[in-house]
Amino acid sequence: MASITFDRFRENYLNAGYTARSWLLTLDHKRIAVLYMISITFFFFVGGFAAVLFRLELLTPQADLVSLDNYNRLFTVHGIIMIFFFLVPAIPSVLGNFLIPLMIGARDLAYPRLNLASWYLFMIGGFITFGAVVFGGVDTGWTFYTPYSSGYTNTAVVATIVGVFIAGISTILTGLNFIVTIHKLRAPGMTWSRLPLFVWSHYATSLIFILATPVLGVSLLLVVAERLLGIGIFDPSRGGDPVLFQHLFWFYSHPAVYIMVLPAMGVISELIAAFSRRRVFGYTFVALASLAIAFIGFLVWGHHMFVAGQSAFNAAIFSGLSFLVAIPSAVKVFNWTATLYKGSISLDTPMLYALGFIGLFVIGGLTGLFVASLALDVHVHDTYFVVAHFHYIMVGASVMAYLGGIHYWWPKISGRTYPEWWGRISAALIFAGFNLTFFPQFILGYQGMPRRYATYPEEFQVLNVMSTAGASIVSLGYLLPLIYLIWSLRTGERVGPNPWRVSGLEWTTSSPPPTENFSTIPVVTAEAYTDFPEDDEDE
Amino acid sequence: MNHQPVSRRTYFLVYLGLLVLLAATVGAAFLDAGWLNPVIALTIAVIKAVLVILFFMHVRASSAIVRIFALLGFFWLGILIFLTMGDYLTRIWLPPV
Amino acid sequence: MSETTTTGGAVEVHYQTPEEKLELNRLGMWVFLASEVMFFGGLFTIYLVYRWLYPQVFATASRELDLVLGTINTAILLTSSFTMALAVHAIQAGSRRALTLFLLLTMLLGLAFIGIKGTEYLHVINEGLFPNREQLLTLSADERPGQIFFSLYFAMTGLHLLHMLLGLLVIAFLIVQANLFKRYSAADYSAIENMGLYWHFVDIVWIFIFPLLYLIDRAS
Repeated sequence: MASITFDRFRENYLNAGYTARSWLLTLDHKRIAVLYMISITFFFFVGGFAAVLFRLELLTPQADLVSLDNYNRLFTVHGIIMIFFFLVPAIPSVLGNFLIPLMIGARDLAYPRLNLASWYLFMIGGFITFGAVVFGGVDTGWTFYTPYSSGYTNTAVVATIVGVFIAGISTILTGLNFIVTIHKLRAPGMTWSRLPLFVWSHYATSLIFILATPVLGVSLLLVVAERLLGIGIFDPSRGGDPVLFQHLFWFYSHPAVYIMVLPAMGVISELIAAFSRRRVFGYTFVALASLAIAFIGFLVWGHHMFVAGQSAFNAAIFSGLSFLVAIPSAVKVFNWTATLYKGSISLDTPMLYALGFIGLFVIGGLTGLFVASLALDVHVHDTYFVVAHFHYIMVGASVMAYLGGIHYWWPKISGRTYPEWWGRISAALIFAGFNLTFFPQFILGYQGMPRRYATYPEEFQVLNVMSTAGASIVSLGYLLPLIYLIWSLRTGERVGPNPWRVSGLEWTTSSPPPTENFSTIPVVTAEAYTDFPEDDEDE
Repeated sequence: MNHQPVSRRTYFLVYLGLLVLLAATVGAAFLDAGWLNPVIALTIAVIKAVLVILFFMHVRASSAIVRIFALLGFFWLGILIFLTMGDYLTRIWLPPV
Repeated sequence: MSETTTTGGAVEVHYQTPEEKLELNRLGMWVFLASEVMFFGGLFTIYLVYRWLYPQVFATASRELDLVLGTINTAILLTSSFTMALAVHAIQAGSRRALTLFLLLTMLLGLAFIGIKGTEYLHVINEGLFPNREQLLTLSADERPGQIFFSLYFAMTGLHLLHMLLGLLVIAFLIVQANLFKRYSAADYSAIENMGLYWHFVDIVWIFIFPLLYLIDRAS
């Protein structure tokens, strides 16, 4: 590859227009990704702030910092904002939007206007929900269980649901865009079997977006109808069945957790390959595992309802299927580990996040088996054990993958490097702080401390204090990248196309890429992860 | 994909078929056939839907990937219905935990 | 012929031929329709559960619905699908005039459907069958599931109606585009075909709603 002289005045997507209009009316997938990045960062800190407040409350067994009602509002805000406005969109709408066209050799997504519309819908939904939860407050939990949410609570449920509904439409459109893009806009020679695993993961995620989200949409609409019009579809006093709401709610919300983890796995595949300088072991199996996880993930939702009142037969079926979904996840973990073996490992910040991901994902996944077994779940359901389990996946895995991805592709997105030592320190702080926050919660839950309670018995205080201490460390860990990444926009070293010297079409463009991505559409001849620049080659 | 995959005559025949099926389903509703009534009604509905999909929506002449996505939603809905109804159908047999 | 437009910084070069554009947009539309199947499907699932739980109540309640109007409406919708198919056929042959004619016919039939539906709604509300919070609590435990039937009736047909209204708005927009702005031809009719797909889908939803709501038990 001929060396490219870096020209700091070369046109790229960032300097192609500085007006607000050029950003707010952009059709460039890369700019839309940046818009999303800013928005979800805001929501992350809002949701995180709610967590700080209730973790502070939990330092003592009594409800002395906030009232019981406000405590309910805090964990509800935390759940709704973190899930719908951070975790679901984070990797797909930021990294997916930015990278998928680049990775497949296209100029943009299939429907650029729809992409911009997705962002506006996300912002409108976020604005409504933010207003509703901050100025009104909702206390139903993010799960909106009926009939409390549909008939008995006096909080801003309708407005919150409207915001979530609109944000849901945004994700359906994004999924649609990704599916058509991946099917139709691949460059010549970019066959399905040459696609980066990041793209495979996002394809599987997009299927979940389009098939699961509408069901949530319709069930939330019915909750609103029940509240406003008094119909009794989910209210037992009027002949309805609250468990039916749960069936429909979890039909989306379980696949939703795969929406949150599949893209993360896609990122990890890229990071492991890049920082081992090797093709991912068992590429085909990892690709197919993404599809398997998406499919089986639709068949397990009843494991959230083991003690809700569904038949024991159904519960047993869901339990068995839940064990099944662990298999493709394990396949991925084994393959990533095998990729590391005899690889040329470099422990840069993204790799630290990736390795942390594998460890924490394994713990989260194994404890998932605990809660998937029917009898055990009867004991730990609605305790902190479950809380710890899902935070190991959603934070320990997904958030770390997001941060790892942001660091890895930061030079591509911004054209600058971040300070490597600050990156490593933050990764270490986050890893340590995270474990201190959530590992005690496994013990607390197993010992019987219920979730969603502001008060607890005295004997649980030590572990709660440890958990809050961990939360303060991990908060610091999250603040650091916010600061040094923004700082790097001014002071970071400028880079060429392939600063990490890795394989992938996105690394053939300048950093940052030009608006049109490629001056000529590339013709692909190499398999994925096989085009690492040799050591003596000029990058 | 060619221009005009379906002729006007085919559209008309399909339309007539749909009207006939409509008459059939209304007529069948007046028969007292117990559990067969909903089966007949849904079977006729499915046939009508298939006719609309294959001919009016051109799926018969569409590419494989379009056909897959045309089927996908219905298949997925089947999963939702099957596993949800499974709960209600088995509650008497094996009551909740 | 390749289409290259530069808007807001992005260069859109996605298709080289009209066939590619058609296929791209057709796939996008079907992906969207798959999500719509799930959207209505959630309601259908709820319906199936409650019908299974309260078969007698549902049968009784169903007989309150006007079968004649329901059948006429179904026939109207099937006809509108026919005219929509002819509209697509017309523009495939390049005739904007025939396209406009059939789109107008489709609109008329759609409006007729809405008119009849509105009449039915008024009838149901006047009969006191619309679920009402205060009334509900005065009903006996056996009677309460009846309100579930009517809640579902309004939810399912209401959602369907909303989709039809949106569809009619878009058809109107297409008619304006075709006549005022001379858009669409035999080489560029993707929007029309996708409108057709949407319209036929809304028809299919009604094809299932009709027997489920109106034809539960007409034999007694």
